[in-house]
Amino acid sequence: MPDWEKSSTARVIPPARPRKLAKAPFVELADGRLQGVVSSGSDIERVYVSSVTAGSYAFACSTNNNRPCGGARGSFCNHIRTLINEAVLQYGAGRVARYLRVELAEPDADSMTAAMSAARPAPDGTRAAATVFSRFLRHLAYLELAPVTTPVPELQWFPPTRMTA
Amino acid sequence: MVPADPDDGVMRADLLAGTIAGLDEALAAVDAFDQVLVAGVLRPQPAQAAGLTRLADAVEGTPLAAPAAVAAGRAAAGAATEEHLVVLAAARAAVLGSVHDALMIQIAEATGRAVGKEAASGQPGASQPGASQHRASLLGAGRSWLCDLARSGWRGLDHDVVSGSAPVVSAMLADPVLRRLATLLDGFAAELAACCPGAAAERVPARRWADLWSRAMLLTLPGAAATPVTGTATGRLLPLGVDLHEHATAVQAQVHAVFEPADGTGSRLVRASVCAPKPDTVVGAGVWPLLRPHLSLLAAVSDGRSMDLTDMPVTAEGDLIWSDAHARPGGPADPFATARVALPAAAEAVTAPLDRHPARIAVPVFLEGYAAGTDDDGLVFTVAGHPLAVDDDRVPAAGPLTPEAVAASAACIGLLRWDAGAFSVQPLAVETTGRRAAVHAGEWAGGATGTTGVKAEKAAADAVAVLRERAGRLLRK
Ligand SMILES: [Zn+2]
Repeated sequence: MPDWEKSSTARVIPPARPRKLAKAPFVELADGRLQGVVSSGSDIERVYVSSVTAGSYAFACSTNNNRPCGGARGSFCNHIRTLINEAVLQYGAGRVARYLRVELAEPDADSMTAAMSAARPAPDGTRAAATVFSRFLRHLAYLELAPVTTPVPELQWFPPTRMTA
Repeated sequence: MVPADPDDGVMRADLLAGTIAGLDEALAAVDAFDQVLVAGVLRPQPAQAAGLTRLADAVEGTPLAAPAAVAAGRAAAGAATEEHLVVLAAARAAVLGSVHDALMIQIAEATGRAVGKEAASGQPGASQPGASQHRASLLGAGRSWLCDLARSGWRGLDHDVVSGSAPVVSAMLADPVLRRLATLLDGFAAELAACCPGAAAERVPARRWADLWSRAMLLTLPGAAATPVTGTATGRLLPLGVDLHEHATAVQAQVHAVFEPADGTGSRLVRASVCAPKPDTVVGAGVWPLLRPHLSLLAAVSDGRSMDLTDMPVTAEGDLIWSDAHARPGGPADPFATARVALPAAAEAVTAPLDRHPARIAVPVFLEGYAAGTDDDGLVFTVAGHPLAVDDDRVPAAGPLTPEAVAASAACIGLLRWDAGAFSVQPLAVETTGRRAAVHAGEWAGGATGTTGVKAEKAAADAVAVLRERAGRLLRK
């Protein structure tokens, strides 16, 4: 490979892997957290906004109407577990573990969830739910933006890669 | 220099091996400045002052010399304003512009093709339609974020600095005139976010991020991103292949083609592009349905057909501003026949001033009679005794072309590129040895075929359906 640090097209992040979105329509590694939106298993009108903070593993889960999730009082609820599973499908376990700073030789969703739970993380009091939900709405808006046929030369810096997460 | 034999369109790889005078010095100046951005300009150290001086010295004798010297001095004192940082971005772009020009001269010798005579227009400040107050303030907000980045440096990145781009990008994306800069900032910010905190990053893609930063800085100047139409194209369009670009939330397909004007004037190389925003979970062959409805040329590519254009708007750089109303399907046209017969005579388009950068080089070439092998860095075509690296990582997963097919090929349509000090060829299509069957990277552009392609399109369609359903329920409230 040519010198990565002197390459204009160095690949920095591998593309996301496709996954079914029914369980969790939105998952991202951003703002120092694994965060996303998880569909309710029982109510089609409801979603949960869930997050785990990198390093401390502080967690939060609430509905989009800001009601706290009953399952996330003292430990990870099922929504958070789903969030971790889906993040591993989308980004690969290695990248999720690195981002959350979970040190495991060969991480997978189960071992990561177990390792973070074992650290007895505290609930996250920062109330990030509103931010996460607005980021989800922003993400949905990508579908509504019209394509253009004027060239975007800047995308020459973003070639595809066969590298996978 | 002996030009390539104009009768056989095969590229002379040997002519790419020569050294270019001044190239190493120019790149050393760029590297010196790139290290300044690694550490940031908030509290510059002596090494950074030296890097800034090096860049300013590299534009000596140009109109940028005086402002660059002032900007470098102020930045070295930790007192750079936005204007100073814009000047430094411009100086870096000018140095890489000269590298681009030298490389293009070398490429023209290797391909034996004429370079277009038409002068590039599209000066910054060119026409940009109305509502300029709002746009100007968004551009200003973008520039202010970029200046924050320069101050913190890549090593000083944290989530607070990076997330500052989100509201600016969202607002810009909604305006098609600002789409270019928005698309760049969006992809750039996603990378920066993935590498936070910068202090803990194992390594930093210094050239790449300085490229993206300086390019974005220049695009925040009013009118810089305009793509002025300078004429219309009427005649026959013969596709060569499709080049795909993508980051998490955008995808662009660019069709490279030979255009034969109906008025009998010389044929020339052109491109047609379509770019769509996308959710990050729509990947692989799933991107084509987003693009297909806006560029009928993609179907023609899959069908192996030409298209007949009537009054299609075109820029001085050979970019067709596609509108289906100006195009209708033509007769069968095999890209390999186009590459063998029509490509050698087609004139190269000129490059817009802002686009003079080595990473922007993507010159269609035809290769045949090479030996495919591997060296320590990967796949290599040995053309008449001269090795040419093959960038098979750039072959998109969104098509049936694979590195294996490229390695077993006897003829190749590709894009000649240059990165990190070396030329390489990006395969767009190959003819395999033996059966001489052709495989094209863009074969699924007009409609996926084969199990893999159909499954990937279906998965992407399902993902989009779920998101639309969710959006319908949640955005209503
Ligand atoms: Zn929950």
